[in-house]
Amino acid sequence: MSLPMTPAYASEASFSQDSSLATPRDFWLLMKPGVLSLVVFTAFVGAILAPSTIHPFVLLVAILSITLGAGGAAAFNMWYDRDIDLVMKRTRSRPIPAGRVAPHDALTFASLLSVTSVTLMGLATNMLAAGLLALSIVYYTFFYTAFLKRRTPQNIVIGGGAGAFPPLIGWVAVTGEIALLPLVLVWLIFIWTPSHFWALALYRSSDYANARVPMLPVTHGELSTKRHIIVYSILLVASAFIPVYLGDFGVIYALSAVLLGAAYLLLATKVWWIGGEKPAIRLFLFSIAYLFLLFLSMVIDHVGARFL
Amino acid sequence: MNKEQKDQAQRSRNTALGLVLAGLVILFYGLAIVRVGG
Repeated sequence: MSLPMTPAYASEASFSQDSSLATPRDFWLLMKPGVLSLVVFTAFVGAILAPSTIHPFVLLVAILSITLGAGGAAAFNMWYDRDIDLVMKRTRSRPIPAGRVAPHDALTFASLLSVTSVTLMGLATNMLAAGLLALSIVYYTFFYTAFLKRRTPQNIVIGGGAGAFPPLIGWVAVTGEIALLPLVLVWLIFIWTPSHFWALALYRSSDYANARVPMLPVTHGELSTKRHIIVYSILLVASAFIPVYLGDFGVIYALSAVLLGAAYLLLATKVWWIGGEKPAIRLFLFSIAYLFLLFLSMVIDHVGARFL
Repeated sequence: MNKEQKDQAQRSRNTALGLVLAGLVILFYGLAIVRVGG
């Protein structure tokens, strides 16, 4: 299936050039609050697992900086993708396609958030953390949103790297150094992203096809996507044991990795075996819980080890 | 969109912007205290 390099469905005339009806909530929605919650949580876990400590207020500012940076990147994405958002049912009611926020205001908002976040991070913690935050914003905005997303079905595999940065940034904000454990956390989110997104793309494939976004179900079909989901799920579940082999965590984490991994594989197998919308929705929702619970178990294991 | 709706939206945007700016001032003040004091 051939796809245009840069589909443009809507001229600027399709969008409101006036944000006079926009409420603060619309700007909050530009930051993709659902995604933000996972970003903030994984960044916090990275900071908690770090071997040193910083003043709680500085930690708060660091987490706030990551929130603002991720929100800025999301707002850039909303600005750039406004043409396809207008076509897709799932995204039609977002602030820009719905006509509540003018594209140029969204762009200004995204720029302000990004610059503020990196500046704050640099002032509060260290330049390495600020640099990594800037890199993650650039990665998501330019590499994923503007370059990969409309060009290749591997968009979310490579682009997943952008969402994987937060635990590393959280760790570096505290220690000032890159270490093996936060890189393993980055790898876990990186390898988690494809099966998570393809589960969504499976039951939204007509939406993506209408918008001519080359997601795997659109370009390679359902069966190929399901096979990819299985392969990436196995890679994810296996990768979750790396921290155990490295000796970073004990029984609590290992047990969580086993149980959560078994449930993940079961749901992924159901997507492959049974098919249809329901198993895909279940896998998509569980994948979010999986990442949250796996990272939570790291914190419980880490804190528990201090007291036992 | 009527004028009343526009005014209401403008007021809430002004309030939000005011709160954000006040928050930033507190934040920089706090950072200065922690960094200098620490």
